[in-house]
Amino acid sequence: MAKDRNARGRTLEAAAGNGLIDRRALLGRGMAIAGAMGAGIGQASAGAEPLIDDPWSLEVGEPMPIYQTPSKFEARVARTLSNPNFEPRNSHARTPHHLLDGTTTPNGLHFAINHGGVPVIDPEKHRLVIHGLVKRPLEFSLESLSRYPMTSRVSFLECGGNSAPMFSPEPMQETVQALHGLVSCAEWTGVSLSTLLEETGIDASAKWLIAEGADSPHLSRSVPVKKALDDAMIALYQNGERLMPGNGYPMRLLLPGYEGNMNVKFLRRIKLVDQPALSMYEARTYSQLLPDGKAYRFYFLQEVKSFITSPSHGQALKGPGLYEISGIAYSGTGRIEKVMVSADGGQSWAQAALQEPVLSKAFTRFRLPWRWDGGKATLQSRAWDEAGNVQPTRAEFVALRGELTKPAPVLAFPNQHYNSITSWGVGTNGEVKHVYA
Amino acid sequence: MFTPDRAILFGHSRAIFSAHHRAIFFARHRAISFARYRAISFARYRAILATSLWLAMTTGASLAETPNLGKPIDEAAIAAWDISILPDGTGLPKGSGTPAQGAVIYAEKCVSCHGDNGKGGVAAALVSDQKIAGISASQKTIKNFWPYSTTIFDFIRRAMPFQMPRSLSDDEVYALTAYILAENKLIGAGDTMDAQTLPKVKMPNRDNFIIRFPDRI
Repeated sequence: MAKDRNARGRTLEAAAGNGLIDRRALLGRGMAIAGAMGAGIGQASAGAEPLIDDPWSLEVGEPMPIYQTPSKFEARVARTLSNPNFEPRNSHARTPHHLLDGTTTPNGLHFAINHGGVPVIDPEKHRLVIHGLVKRPLEFSLESLSRYPMTSRVSFLECGGNSAPMFSPEPMQETVQALHGLVSCAEWTGVSLSTLLEETGIDASAKWLIAEGADSPHLSRSVPVKKALDDAMIALYQNGERLMPGNGYPMRLLLPGYEGNMNVKFLRRIKLVDQPALSMYEARTYSQLLPDGKAYRFYFLQEVKSFITSPSHGQALKGPGLYEISGIAYSGTGRIEKVMVSADGGQSWAQAALQEPVLSKAFTRFRLPWRWDGGKATLQSRAWDEAGNVQPTRAEFVALRGELTKPAPVLAFPNQHYNSITSWGVGTNGEVKHVYA
Repeated sequence: MFTPDRAILFGHSRAIFSAHHRAIFFARHRAISFARYRAISFARYRAILATSLWLAMTTGASLAETPNLGKPIDEAAIAAWDISILPDGTGLPKGSGTPAQGAVIYAEKCVSCHGDNGKGGVAAALVSDQKIAGISASQKTIKNFWPYSTTIFDFIRRAMPFQMPRSLSDDEVYALTAYILAENKLIGAGDTMDAQTLPKVKMPNRDNFIIRFPDRI
């Protein structure tokens, strides 16, 4: 295979077509990329201006706030709102994946959908009751739950309608935030639901529980007891601090790997029952129309998926040279096993490096060095999970699930549970655009 | 001073679950093999037993390994929150309503968002003869998609009107449900909806669903 040498004589070995370089080059990354970037961009040392002290180095800075927020120069790193004028309907806020790195979504940027505004809940008055087909109905306060054994887990949360614009028959020409911004990942800390169910006891006839929020729509979803006893949590903390109001303060149900809407926020009631409620969100909204006119029910699982966050739509490459392709992979089934990356629209693939730790049902960051030669390229990522599930190509996905006859508005949810490959086309001018390939 | 072993954090009472739930719980929640479980179970039993005795001596509590801070509450005290309606009609309250009664309430409290005769406005249409062709969710209507009439009652009662949820009486919710069903020609204009009649309304699309992952239920 073609070989290239950087400034220190390290070998950068091609791993697939159109400039993809073996992921092992990342191990000595600082040196390798610095050298190669220099070679790509041109005379980096020529024309550098003499360094001077800027004003902030010559005066005392500002006092520290009690709760710090990002630099004012980072104001563009923000969620996009679907309903900025707060009209009487639901509101979405999407995570700007193209402006973030790593695997943790900062709390202020965690995606949220609320169906009746964000309730202002007094934590001292909030109660969680567990009742129905139990031996002892019980009521818990936030204070009492705070005395229970806590568990922490990193878990992604994804709206069942995330990526829905990609059901459109044409590429949407939207950013990764618009296409995939309804997924985020955080460390959640709380009480295992199984611990509380042990205290209430469960009647053998209980097969489902209905979880209900304290928000104005009293949002409710049915959850199999099977999941409740597996890894469900009453989450009280998000990335170390109490839940954000829009993410369910003071407590929410966390069902790792299951569609976001089931992870009921502002959780105030759990009722054990023998049959699902077929609430509006499961009977209508989260039942997905299929090409033959039938519809899926109880999809639940957010299946294996990945997308490249950099470079991505709306960004521009500043000249040929070495770049890092970076993105996010996750699966509701378990750990990510591997991610393959293509720079030639799927004709050849190279295995990306996975940032440790690789956690079950959590974001996994993948990276791969890529030398852009200035020509056209089509960047794709494809993920496998530990259960052997593979992210489908768009053609495979459409063959099973269908596509729309005309493009839908980017904020609409024309269908759900879309997990096929996302393609970014790089033009000779360096501009990156959403394409189908 | 007595300090419970850290293992107690992962120990769970065996007496509470049914055998079925216990099997699921130990198989899925604990990522350990049965053999491994047996190997450590004696030590854990001792730890649980020790804590049980300690708690029994100090608090009289019967449950050893959780804080047991849930406050007993009876179903009567939960009644105001217990608004879940199941497809077979379980949970439907007393009361009744007719399409004619519903039309009056609709004109007062619903029309501004859902439009004249439920044909749609800033909020979704409630009355429609839309047929489904293709996979776009925008085609879904109560008549062509919703599988159970009980869902209409449940959603109105818990979430509507948008600005004043839980402000309707049960009679009003029955009347609005009857109005929507009648306008969609799913019941007669003179039919009364109550806890007995509503679950019997067969929605046209009821049998058109596929459980996506049956083994997850």
